Amino acid sequence: MSIRKPATTAQIATLPGQVERAPWYRPVQRFLAALGRSPVGLTGFIIIVGIMLLAVLGPAISPHDPLDNNLRARFMPPGFANDSGVFLLGTDQLGRDILSRIIAGSKVSVVVGLVSVLIAGVIGVVLGLVAGFFGGMVDAVIMRITDGLLSIPFIILVIAISGVVGSGLVTLILILGLTGWVTYARVIRGEVLKVRSLDYITAAYAIGQRRPLIILRHILPNVISSGIILAATQVGITILAESSLSFLGLGVEATTVTWGLMLADGRQYINSAWWMTTYPGIAITITVLGAVFFGDWLRDVLDPNMRGRS
Amino acid sequence: MRKFIATRLVYTIITVFMVSLIVFFMVRLRGDPIAVMAPPTFSEEQVARMRTAWGFDRPVGEQYVIFLQKAVTGDFGQSIQARRPAMELVLERLGNTYLLSLTSALLGLVIALPLGIISALKRNSWIDFLSTVFASVGTAMPGFWLGLMLIIVFSVNLRILPAFGALEPAAIIMPTITLGVGMAARLSRITRSAMLEVMNQDYIRTAYSKGLNRRSVVVQHALRNALIPIVTIFGLQLGWLLGGSVIVESVFSWPGLGRLMIESINVRDITVVQAGLLWFALSFILINLAVDVLYVFLDPRIQYD
Repeated sequence: MSIRKPATTAQIATLPGQVERAPWYRPVQRFLAALGRSPVGLTGFIIIVGIMLLAVLGPAISPHDPLDNNLRARFMPPGFANDSGVFLLGTDQLGRDILSRIIAGSKVSVVVGLVSVLIAGVIGVVLGLVAGFFGGMVDAVIMRITDGLLSIPFIILVIAISGVVGSGLVTLILILGLTGWVTYARVIRGEVLKVRSLDYITAAYAIGQRRPLIILRHILPNVISSGIILAATQVGITILAESSLSFLGLGVEATTVTWGLMLADGRQYINSAWWMTTYPGIAITITVLGAVFFGDWLRDVLDPNMRGRS
Repeated sequence: MRKFIATRLVYTIITVFMVSLIVFFMVRLRGDPIAVMAPPTFSEEQVARMRTAWGFDRPVGEQYVIFLQKAVTGDFGQSIQARRPAMELVLERLGNTYLLSLTSALLGLVIALPLGIISALKRNSWIDFLSTVFASVGTAMPGFWLGLMLIIVFSVNLRILPAFGALEPAAIIMPTITLGVGMAARLSRITRSAMLEVMNQDYIRTAYSKGLNRRSVVVQHALRNALIPIVTIFGLQLGWLLGGSVIVESVFSWPGLGRLMIESINVRDITVVQAGLLWFALSFILINLAVDVLYVFLDPRIQYD
């Protein structure tokens, strides 16, 4: 989608020696312009920003206290109103407002999604760089470990580990982060192998640059876009994994407000209160959809080779 | 060809070995497994006795060798809860999980192939748009949530399908739809893009100009060549299917390996968890091995030396 505009006369007139420094907001401007051209990417971006705003502004905009019990208003259907206000999406088994709980639950999804993806990404990129660049024994060991980890379906691995290690928000983030790096290591290693033997790397050696510097300055910038694309997709997968774990009672503490736990509650009363299971699921779906849309768009923009594929 | 299969087999064995290491060390993430297994009411002396009885006081290397020796013969130790060999419990449930995976994978293919082909042939039509929406929402939706929605509609409101168990044949319908829809969503996108790529090739134009009708061009020429990426993704997504079955089995109380795993984790029945993990991994590894071998038959151009 990114057709370069012809250079303006002003740009042509600038001589190489006197390149004007682009203002800081130029990349942001370009990002937003590219986003504006893609309805799907824009939708994804708006959803992600919206959910993050919900997570940050939570208490300020939620109509009720998400923890407030109201035993006289238990299992009230969507749209129920009493003297403490309207319960737009109904109430749960303790009379708590579903909408407020969904807003409060966004925080866990956002934090888990972002932090564990960041941890997994950093570990995966580093190991991928090391494996691809140095090759040999290091590469073989790292790759065999990834083979092993990849052959246990991700969610089963995570479920088993949290069964052993225990629950809690920090534990959950660490588990998802420390098991999620495998895909990054694989992809980044592949990209490094493609780049490693190119002429400009040889040139960097020739002018006497050291290996750590070559990795950081010449290889990393050329492989990082695959990592970023992957990270966007992984955010969705991680949020789904978190909700599955919480649903099974293996994720966060039972007192935390999360969408997965809300679904677990709702399942108990599925015969009478459909709204308890319906709305938290819609919240998860919309959030993950945002991450998927945004990730697809990022791939189109950052990786011309992958354009149109999925 | 034979050499390729031999190399693949060696890698498979190494991978299984790695999985055994992961499974072995995973239960030791908190130091020694007794910390996980022993009920909180146990006195220190009881814990110590349990530790000796299970051999957890020996050096870790020795423990692993013993674990491996026994695992090769299918012995993962006794289930603490059921007081029966862990492997026996796993094998009892395995059939149900394979059955559910098979029906879901078939449903996924039956939906995804026609949908992907039609949306590739009628690109940018309303049906292409709808199938894209289906694929995106189907991927983003938590599988178990779709299961809960089906229960609300078909069991609670319409009362036509059983919500749990495996006592009547109809009980498999909802778990199958739940997993099959997720599978279809993941496969229809790759079918569409693989078909789009193939339909632009010269040999498709040639086939048309030979006077072949659209149907035989699409089925015999295009689909056959588009199958390779589809089979790749299908094999990988079977891993997603196995993972998803763990949660979906719990939602529908389907007596499969996944539900056994969750039950065992909840009561800290470690031997069963280990045996179950290894079976899941083994199934997935063998699927991928089969996919790799299948390539050779799908595309005679692929030469493995």
